[in-house]
Amino acid sequence: MKILLFGISKDIVGASSLLINDGKKTPTTVKELKQFISNKYPEFNTLSSLAIAVNSNYAEDTTLLQEEDEIAIIPPVSGG
Amino acid sequence: MKIDIQIVNDIDTTKVYQQLSDPESGGICVFIGSVRNTTQNKKVEALDFETYEKMAIKEMQVIAEEAILKWKLNKVILHHAHGKKEVEDPVVMVGASSAHRDACFEACRYLIDTLKERVPIWKKEFFTNKTVWVSAHP
Repeated sequence: MKILLFGISKDIVGASSLLINDGKKTPTTVKELKQFISNKYPEFNTLSSLAIAVNSNYAEDTTLLQEEDEIAIIPPVSGG
Repeated sequence: MKIDIQIVNDIDTTKVYQQLSDPESGGICVFIGSVRNTTQNKKVEALDFETYEKMAIKEMQVIAEEAILKWKLNKVILHHAHGKKEVEDPVVMVGASSAHRDACFEACRYLIDTLKERVPIWKKEFFTNKTVWVSAHP
């Protein structure tokens, strides 16, 4: 599962994308993905907010993740 | 074109009247955001914008459609810059045209406020000796 990273999440992970291939531990929902990245990179817990986009739409915690989905971490936005 | 969404290297502020002009509009309102030289009394040298372009365009389109429905606008533009921008450079330009001025004034405020809340664009501030991702931390 490939996760796109932007803004501060790129700095936290140290790359522009993150590959998760942990077999049975690979997250199957948005909520599990948030827990996974917060455990692996605790700095995500210090952010003002953390959203996940699935196929370029904001996703709910209950949204299911499929291998072919385009998944992105959306740290607090600051456009304008 | 009723809705014009763009993510560009450089915002062109010179054609906005033609972009929003419409035979059924009696009012055009435009907001342009630019790079300011200070944040909380600290000197800002530049800003760098990163975008998740595909999603940003989608979200900007939704915001434009919401505003058209709510204020019966004739035309809407949402343009945002990406990359490094210097002091006084324009970084965002939103605008609306409508039959009467109240609608386009209110819509313009909605366009910029909602863009800042929702569109996946990130701004890094360059100070003299450090850089900061804006709004990342509480």
